[in-house]
Formats: sequence, structure tokens, C-alpha cells
Amino acid sequence: MAVSVSSERDTVASPVQRAFREALYAGAISLGLFILFIGLKTDQNISNQLILAQRWGLLITVVVLTMLGRFFYIAYGQPFMANQKIADVATGLLPASVASRFFQLPAFIVAVVLAVILVAFSSALPALVGPDLAGYLQFLRALAVIYALACVIFYFRAFIHANFTKLGIAALVLYPILVVVVLSVYAWSIMGGLQGSLKWVDNYGIQILIYVMLAWGLNIVVGLAGLLDLGYVAFYAVGAYAYALLGSHYGLSFWILLPAAGAMAAFWGVLLGFPVLRLRGDYLAIVTLAFGEIIRLVLINWRDVTNGSAGVSGIPKVTFFGLMTFNSSDPNYIGKVLDIAQSSAYYKIFLYYLILALALLTAFVTTRLRRMPVGRAWEALREDEIACRSLGINTTTTKLTAFATGAMFGGFAGAFFAARQGFVSPESFVFLESAIILAIVVLGGMGSLVGIAVAALVMIGGTEALRELDFLKSIFGKDFTPELYRMLLFGMAMVIVMLWKPRGFVGSREPTAFLRERKAVSSSFTKEGHG
Amino acid sequence: MMAETTLLDIKGVETYYGNIKALNGVDVHVNQGEIVALIGANGAGKSTLMMTIFGAPRARSGTITFAGTDITQMPTHEIARMRIAQSPEGRRIFPRMTVMENLQMGAGLDNLKHYDEDAEKVFTLFPRLKERIAQRGGTLSGGEQQMLSIGRALMARPKLLLLDEPSLGLAPLIVKQIFDAIRELNRMQGLTVFLVEQNAFGALKLATRGYVMVNGNVTMSGTGKELLANPEVRAAYLEGGHH
Repeated sequence: MAVSVSSERDTVASPVQRAFREALYAGAISLGLFILFIGLKTDQNISNQLILAQRWGLLITVVVLTMLGRFFYIAYGQPFMANQKIADVATGLLPASVASRFFQLPAFIVAVVLAVILVAFSSALPALVGPDLAGYLQFLRALAVIYALACVIFYFRAFIHANFTKLGIAALVLYPILVVVVLSVYAWSIMGGLQGSLKWVDNYGIQILIYVMLAWGLNIVVGLAGLLDLGYVAFYAVGAYAYALLGSHYGLSFWILLPAAGAMAAFWGVLLGFPVLRLRGDYLAIVTLAFGEIIRLVLINWRDVTNGSAGVSGIPKVTFFGLMTFNSSDPNYIGKVLDIAQSSAYYKIFLYYLILALALLTAFVTTRLRRMPVGRAWEALREDEIACRSLGINTTTTKLTAFATGAMFGGFAGAFFAARQGFVSPESFVFLESAIILAIVVLGGMGSLVGIAVAALVMIGGTEALRELDFLKSIFGKDFTPELYRMLLFGMAMVIVMLWKPRGFVGSREPTAFLRERKAVSSSFTKEGHG
Repeated sequence: MMAETTLLDIKGVETYYGNIKALNGVDVHVNQGEIVALIGANGAGKSTLMMTIFGAPRARSGTITFAGTDITQMPTHEIARMRIAQSPEGRRIFPRMTVMENLQMGAGLDNLKHYDEDAEKVFTLFPRLKERIAQRGGTLSGGEQQMLSIGRALMARPKLLLLDEPSLGLAPLIVKQIFDAIRELNRMQGLTVFLVEQNAFGALKLATRGYVMVNGNVTMSGTGKELLANPEVRAAYLEGGHH
């Protein structure tokens, strides 16, 4: 009977009719949602008065686009996917069908050819087709490269899946070299290659790795021990200011202050840990949130020491283990010692390897600790605190070690951040940073190092990549700055991931205890799946 | 039977939840080598007594002595390290950890020396767990989870095993399996067991001695057989229920 009810509805409304209805609903909802966001805009006129600018045209465009999207999805997209599913079930293709249909050899070849042509003519394009179209073509080139890479990854997916960690580390180690080589060939000079690599190594590489490290550090607290910490950025700030102040006032070396910054952050971690020992879940989140804000407000208001919101500048650079420096005026500047041309790229590449080493240290310590009693106790604590205590685990020290260890890595990352920027101010340590780091941990899958690294790559790399989308200016006007929309995209990505993979990219927990025959266990384990 | 050495001695224990008195001066003792059952209706304070032994919540007055040591004010984890093991109410296994990891947690984090030997004992008692060794705790059936909970408790090589409603929500056949296992542990290894149950018939049949608890007070005590024969006990807990 239940079946006949739903099929009756279907016969009444054909897909197209249903699509009309759904499109109207979607239009009404988006109108309601966006009328205040897009339809009206507060602005200042010449005499500095607040006025309301009306943007009905833009509002209508957005609403119509939403309606069209919904209409085509319901009328054609959904039936198409349903038919494909039926066909796939019949042919037994189902598991990889969507991806294998998406990645095909002819399309791969087209993408490669397209990318090669566009790269070869990239310098001539603006003159040939005009700057606007050149922008689009640049975007197209990026898409072609990404698609071709995705095809290669898809083709070797079994191999990549089996050796993910090794391949990942190898790729990260080779990345700056690869960038310099490719760009040197492209620019036909090594100096040009080094100069061009700055953006890729610094804006993408270092930036992403800082977040990878922070997220891996927070993962110890949130992912392993299950203690929701909304103020993680406080430890990042402690580490950054520890290096900034001690380094610029006392001239101490980064290599002495790095462990000191870690220790100081760990100390603050324990200090935060004590009062919140009895709290869990929401209550803990509120207190840690407050802690993060307190640290930031102290940094702003304790002017004598921190120089307030003006921040600390002139933070010394990291040296090459005291042997060489990266200041071109120093007698032992790396360029003079090694007798190579002067370039700011050496420092960035060195910093890249430094943060890579720090991040890998975090990962290494995390994986080792998980196999040790303290790590196992963290995970048990996340699962069931009462059971833990009745099994003889001292939950007090367990929580404090989790806070301290997580905070220590935050402190390391902070010291690195201060050294990289050369300047710190309380503005870098706002709640939004904590939220982003936590979002990366949640998106990646709590407790999973690989998932978190992928999430950081997608989220931070993705928002950086928005800066590249200059061609959008020709659509939305000269004032359009795509990177301002990164939080919107961040939120959208989170919603999408949480709908498809509610436990994050890598949602299953890797067991840390194995029988003698490890392979057999882990493969049978993956079939369980859902936890 | 060496019934004369008292292993666990609970004297005049009063426990509160806020201002609500949950235990009203309870006297219970468990001798070496016994199975002692505590029966009573919902809300009588059985589980509270079980948790009070572990110091969470803590007794506001009275004393709890284990093997001659006063444990009333000890932190929970130190009480556990006195080798009192517990299979708590609702099993409380670690759902995302594998069966093997759960058992390792029970063995105590500092000492995995006896792990293989003890795990083998658990697997002889509950062969089902061995089949499930690499499976996550949360994917086990209720009965298997109960077995895991008891198995995990046994890994600590306890002197005293506390079981809180091991039959809760299980099919009669599984309940019988679990009760048989408890009996075997007691007979073969001389393990002392303190058992809280609503399944009064099964528990009293299994037990050397039993206590009946009503509204935070122990109202009756005696051997398992005596209590089974007692008309008041029969009327309150046995008739109309099981058998």
C-alpha cells in the first residue's frame, strides 16, 4: 500500500511538473534568504551618511539562477542519475561508476593538449584575445591541469591508496624543488624560477602546512581525547609571542626559543586544563572559547610588554642552524657562503622545509603516542570517561597531557609563524582562526591525520586559489574580490562534506592493535565501515 | 569454602545525589570466594551502591573496606588498581575500539605482560569474542558487548568482580550463557563476584548469598536458597516475573 501511495504521486506530477513546483519553492526560499543580504546594501554617501543601496537586479539574477538550477536538477539531473544507477546495478559497475565515467581517456587527452597549448601561448594570449578572455582561458588552463592530475590519480588509485603516506611525504619533500625546476624551465632562467616559486612555496606550501600542523595539534585534543577546544589559537598566540618577544628583545636564536615556545604553550595548556577538568562537551567548549579570547585581550591590553594592537615587529629570522643566515647584509649570508646569487626564495624554501619537518614531527609523535598507553587512554577517554576511570585510568593526568601535548604543537607552530611573518599582532589570533582549525579537524575526520591534511589542503589551498580567479572581475565588475567570499565557500564546503560524509573525509578510526597477520585484519576491518 | 575472610566490607554507607539520599546506611559484605547477589526493584539504589564502591559518587558517611584497606576516600582509578574490576551498568565498552583494544584497556595500560595468557582465558570463556577480535566494539550484538564488558573486567586479574545487571536486555539463552560463565569463573578460578541483578531468580540461583534492597536500605539477606524460598521475596520479585 505504501508503494502505491508514492507511485500515485509520481504519476500525477511528471518530473517537469515537479521541477516547476520545486523551482518556485527554491525561488521563494532564496528570495526570502537573499532579500536583505543581496537586495539591500548599506553604504556611505559623499557626506558620510549611511544610505541604503538597492540592488534588485542582482537579487533577481541570483533568484532566477537558483530557480533554473533547481528546475534542471529535478527535471533532468535527478532522473538521469536514477537511470544511471539502475543501469549500473544491472551491469554491476556501481562502486566506481560515477568516477570512472567522469575520468576517461579521451577527455584526459583533450585536457592535456589544452593545458599544453594554453601554457605554450600564455604570454601571447592577452595580446591575441584581449585581457578578459585571457583570464577565462587561464582559468580553463587551471581546470584542465587539475582534471588531468585527477585522472592520473584516479588511474593509479589502488597504488596511491596503498602507499598514501609514503607518496604524500615524498610529494611534500619534492614540492619546492619541482616548483623551482618547472618555473625555471618556463621562465628559462634559474633566478626567474626562484622568484616565481615564492608564491607557490610561501602562499600555498607554507600557509597550508601551518594549518596542517595546527590541525594535527588540535587533533590530539579534539580528535583523540575528545575534548572540544574552541580556543586553540590561544596556544598559537602564546608560541608566537614567546618567540617574538624573547627573540626581538634578547636576540635569542629561533632554535633555542622553539622548544621554549612549545614548553610555554604546554604550560598554558595545563593551566587551562586544571579548571576545566570536570567539564565536558558544550561547557568545556565555552570555557576554552573564553580562554582564547582572554589571551587575545591580554595581548591587546598589556601594552608595556606586548605593544598592544600595534604588535611586535622586527622579529629575527630563522638561521640555518646558526651556520648561515638569510639576511643579505650579514657576513655569513647564505648567498655569500655558498657563493650563489642573492634571492629571497632561499629563506622561503628553508621555511617550507622547516614547517614540513615540524608538521611531520607532529604526525610522528601523534601516531607513536596512539600506540602508547597515554594515547590509548586519550582515545578511551573520548569514548567513555566513566569506563576509563573504572579501568584504573587517571583521567586527570590523561586530560592534562592531552591539553599540554596539543598546546605544545600549537606553540611550535606559533613560533614558526612569528619567524615567518617577522611581525605578530593580536589580530592574527582571533576566534575565527580557532574555528578554521577546528573546521579542518572536523572536515578531515576527527583523529585521522591523512583526512585532516587533505582537508587543510582543500580548505586553505582552495581559499588561496580564489585570489587567482581574476577573470571573475570581468563578470562581476572591477570591485569584485573573490577572496572575500572564502568564508562563504568554506561554509558551503562544510555543509556539503557533512551531508555526504558526516564523519569527515576519513571517518573510520584506524585500530592501533593488530594480530600477527596485520593485513588480514585491516582489510576485514574496512568492510565494517561505519562504526 | 573459605567463607570467613571478608574481602569487601561496606558499613553504614550513605550516598546522596545532591540532597536526595540514595543509600540509607547500607551494610553489605562479600567474603572471599563467594558470589553475592544484590536484588531489588528499579531505583532501589543497587547501581548506586556499585558505583559508590568505586567512589563515584562518593559515600557521605560510612566506610568501605577492601582486603583490609579503607577505600572510601580513594580516587576511582586507584580503587580500580586495587584489583577490583567492574562491568558497569550499560556495559560501557569502547565502541570505536576493536575487541582486542578493549581487552587491552582492561589489562591495564601499564602492564601488558600477561595479556596473551589472560586474553586466552577470556576467549575460552567466551569463544564468540575471539571470532570478533578485530571488529569494533560498537558493531557487536548486545550479548557480545556484555561478554566483552565482562572479559575486559577479567583482564585486570581482579580479586573482586563487580557485575551490574549483566542480563539486562539479553535473550534468555544468552543470559544463561553469561550466568554459566560467572559460575565457572567462581568455581574454577575461585573468583569473588558481587552481582547486581533485576533478574532475581537467575541471580539468586547462582549466588552463595543474596541481599534484597528497597529504597536505599538492605531489607533482607540470606543464602541464595533461603531468599528464593522466602515468601516475601517470591511475592515481590519472582512471581509473575520469571517462571
